[in-house]
Amino acid sequence: MFGILKIAYKLLVNDRAKFAALLMGITFAVFLMIEMTSLFSGILSRASATVINIGASVWVMDPAVQTVANTIPLPDYILDEVRSIPGVKYAVPFYSGTSLVKLKSGVYQAVNIIGLDDASLYGRPELLEGAIEDIYAENAFIAVKDSEFYKLENPKVGAEFEINDHRGSIVGLAHVVSSGLFGVPTLYTTYNRVLQYIPTSRFTISYILVEPKSAQDVPLIRQRVAKAGYLALTKDQFMDKISDFYTFHTGIGTNMMLMTVISFIVGLSISGQTFYTFILENIDKFGALKAIGAKSREMVLMILFQASFVALTGYGLGIGLCSLTIWLARLYIPDYAAIIVYGNLGLALIMVVIIAGLSSYVGVRKVLTIEPFDIFRG
Amino acid sequence: MTGAAIEAIGLNKWFGEGEVRTHAVKDVNFSADFGEMLYVVGPSGSGKTTMLSMISGILRPDTGSVRIEGTDIWSLSNDQIADFRLHKIGFVFQDYHLFPRLTTVENVSIPLILQKHDWDEAQRAGLENLEVVGLGDRAHLPPVKLSGGEQQRVAIARAIVSRPDILILDEPTASLDGDTGRNIVKFVRNNILNDRRCIVIVTHDSRIFEFADRILMMEDGKMTGIAEGGTHEE
Repeated sequence: MFGILKIAYKLLVNDRAKFAALLMGITFAVFLMIEMTSLFSGILSRASATVINIGASVWVMDPAVQTVANTIPLPDYILDEVRSIPGVKYAVPFYSGTSLVKLKSGVYQAVNIIGLDDASLYGRPELLEGAIEDIYAENAFIAVKDSEFYKLENPKVGAEFEINDHRGSIVGLAHVVSSGLFGVPTLYTTYNRVLQYIPTSRFTISYILVEPKSAQDVPLIRQRVAKAGYLALTKDQFMDKISDFYTFHTGIGTNMMLMTVISFIVGLSISGQTFYTFILENIDKFGALKAIGAKSREMVLMILFQASFVALTGYGLGIGLCSLTIWLARLYIPDYAAIIVYGNLGLALIMVVIIAGLSSYVGVRKVLTIEPFDIFRG
Repeated sequence: MTGAAIEAIGLNKWFGEGEVRTHAVKDVNFSADFGEMLYVVGPSGSGKTTMLSMISGILRPDTGSVRIEGTDIWSLSNDQIADFRLHKIGFVFQDYHLFPRLTTVENVSIPLILQKHDWDEAQRAGLENLEVVGLGDRAHLPPVKLSGGEQQRVAIARAIVSRPDILILDEPTASLDGDTGRNIVKFVRNNILNDRRCIVIVTHDSRIFEFADRILMMEDGKMTGIAEGGTHEE
């Protein structure tokens, strides 16, 4: 069996022009598919950045909330209601919103403002510089040192700015797991300072962050919150809800899917056509092999091996090319959103297997229909 | 080896349906012995290629049977016939049908690889057979770098590499000039034919008739006679 596969391998790779065309077709298709889906993954991940960074187990919100940025303030009594639910270990108010800050240079810059519960600082970021207690100091804000940090003019601890005619002071620099989607810097402060510095509506709580006593308590918490007319979601459920919104209600998902399908069709067209030509050019040789005594299943094996070899090699090259592109892009565009996850790789692999399957199907059909007698007949 | 290598009994083959139905081979009977070089000759369309395909296990006759070394090959399953061809019959095709992307020695070793011999062992045997046909020094060239006569000899080396008892040559001189064609057939006669092997050649090239033991003549699908061959120039 090994000998037949070696012949198949040599027939394939020694035809350098066709082998290169096949590889380019598959590599290009895989590159496009992974690039598109990884961009989408990156967007979805960034869309949930606040949920990931805060890390609360359960989030209570208005049922009309679709993304973490699209907050609908909750009345204070809901916080009391949630705290009274058996199974709730603790529940804290949380503020998430946007504002404008005036930098030392006079430039106005939009920022995300995160207001942490004053008592617990639940959801606080990991500090790179400064001490977390300093957040209680007068006018204190902690700046997140991510790819948007430069938009605050790279402030050091002690730097000052204006926010809604209040003085703000950077008391620490922090690191978070995920940067936001909208390309604006993030400032952390306390919940009560947000209420003082930023104009708010009658209700002020963006979300209530809940820590249940155990995972078994979550269904009861959800049920009781729903009874009060609100929605409690676990961290994963909230991220899924955000993903669903961007996937199905914004057109981003449709566009990405279209691009992925187009990439698939391009890959299929190039490799299918080239592989079919490759089989056609060798069809008389395959017929001669049949006449000599090769069995149909051996011919099928040869073609499947050739298609699989091209597909997997192209798949590897496509992944490599995509990784290289993302790496290069990040050197120049730090907040470039693409991330490659196992799902992207799995989807591309399935697509490549389908391309290889369809390409080899036409080849196999052709080879199976050739009769050795046709070789004699000329 | 004694006895008939090939026995064709009452072979008939029709092609097409209805008004275009053609009786391509009509009740052909003959036998060929080991140590014999049998020619099948006749004009184009006389049915000689169809008959050759039936006796070599490639085209199933509509009626009649073919016995090779006593085995009724058309009573075997398709896989068994393929195996039979692989082990008992060597083919030299008119257009050679060598793989241009393989080296000469890899082309020659294909039957052994199909027989599941080890790759290196098949290459060694391929090289030995290339030396038999005088092309040992061309082993690692692709066939396209060889002349027509050399490619024909590579095809012969491929046909004999698995030591088949029956060798089938389809128009071996059709693509060659006169001298090269004669030399090839003379080489087959002197070096490939032995008393354990039967060689059947389909041809209409009268310049090589002298190398035949017997000449089976066909016309319009029928066997019209059998003649003695030529002088077997050594």
